[in-house]
Amino acid sequence: MLTLTSPVETPLHRVAAGPKLGVMALFTAGLFTLSSAPMLAAAALLVATLYATGGRAFVRHGLAMLRPVWPFVLIVGLWHWATDDIAQGAVIVIRMVTAIAAANLVTMTTRLSDMIALVERLASPLAPVLPPRRLALAIALVIRFIPVLSERVALLAEARRARSSRRRAGWRILAPAALAALDDAEHVAQALRARGGAG
Amino acid sequence: MERSLTHIALFAALIAVLGLVPKIDLAAGVPITAQSLGIMLCGTVLGARRGALAVLLFLGLTAIGLPLLSGGRGGLGVFAGPSVGYLIGFPVAAFIAGWVVERTTLAPVWAAGAGAVIGGIGVLYIFGITGMAVVLGKTLPEAALLALAFLPGDVVKVVLAGLITQAIARARPDALLSRA
Repeated sequence: MLTLTSPVETPLHRVAAGPKLGVMALFTAGLFTLSSAPMLAAAALLVATLYATGGRAFVRHGLAMLRPVWPFVLIVGLWHWATDDIAQGAVIVIRMVTAIAAANLVTMTTRLSDMIALVERLASPLAPVLPPRRLALAIALVIRFIPVLSERVALLAEARRARSSRRRAGWRILAPAALAALDDAEHVAQALRARGGAG
Repeated sequence: MERSLTHIALFAALIAVLGLVPKIDLAAGVPITAQSLGIMLCGTVLGARRGALAVLLFLGLTAIGLPLLSGGRGGLGVFAGPSVGYLIGFPVAAFIAGWVVERTTLAPVWAAGAGAVIGGIGVLYIFGITGMAVVLGKTLPEAALLALAFLPGDVVKVVLAGLITQAIARARPDALLSRA
């Protein structure tokens, strides 16, 4: 799984993360000031063109990332069809899908390491309260422990299946899963302290 | 210090894992995501401050492009979508849930249940409904109607949050940081 960055190299991959994020923020803010369907359609077309520069595989990846949005498009569409206000519905749907697609585009064309570097730079004024090293350690711990904990959950589910007639483990494994996370947290804290602390 | 850091990080990972495991059928075969249960547990187990920080860490990692939200969603796009209100409300919900457990002297199961209702449903729905109203261009009552669909599942999660917090209180009394 880990990361939504597209493996297809596009020209946008070479743009620095900071400016890309800034442009995306301005673009999204602009979208919410527009209320005419043609203007919004033009903005949507612009985003679609940027996707198209990445080629077919890139576009397919982009469409897959939009999949969770379609139920909402359907709801809004039906709603405005029922209230006989299709123009307003079109404005809402185009604006929403365009904003999401633009944000996804930044995510898909920015490597995780560049994004983390940007976060570190943006968080540097917070250094007295939140030392960058501590933030980096926390991020690393989360990324490391997601596979560890999901393995633990799978193991708990299997053990439960072995002694129960039910096929599914259900909610009963949630408490032991939370306990496992707590125990791991204690052990890692001890290990960190033994190695000179979290800095 | 190290203890706070590792608890925050491990519970951020736990929220992600609860979203990645789609197989947890919580009730009557309805495959509802356990992710918002993770949000509630962050508050009721870790307490207000650490719970909110764990959720913020989880959201930060989602924003920079890890597909950690249920259904493998992630990236900046989810913050432009209709569920943005829920995402903004997540850390507040965890904080309130934790605060209730910290400030009451009820038995853990009731304190956590109450915290989960107030934070995980009350506060979270205010944020979530406002977000849907803005993004989908609806009035607040109309958006509330849409949110109603999630209410039965969330009630189940409140009960589970209470039971799981109680189980932790029994198995590892010291580990329940919200009552430490």
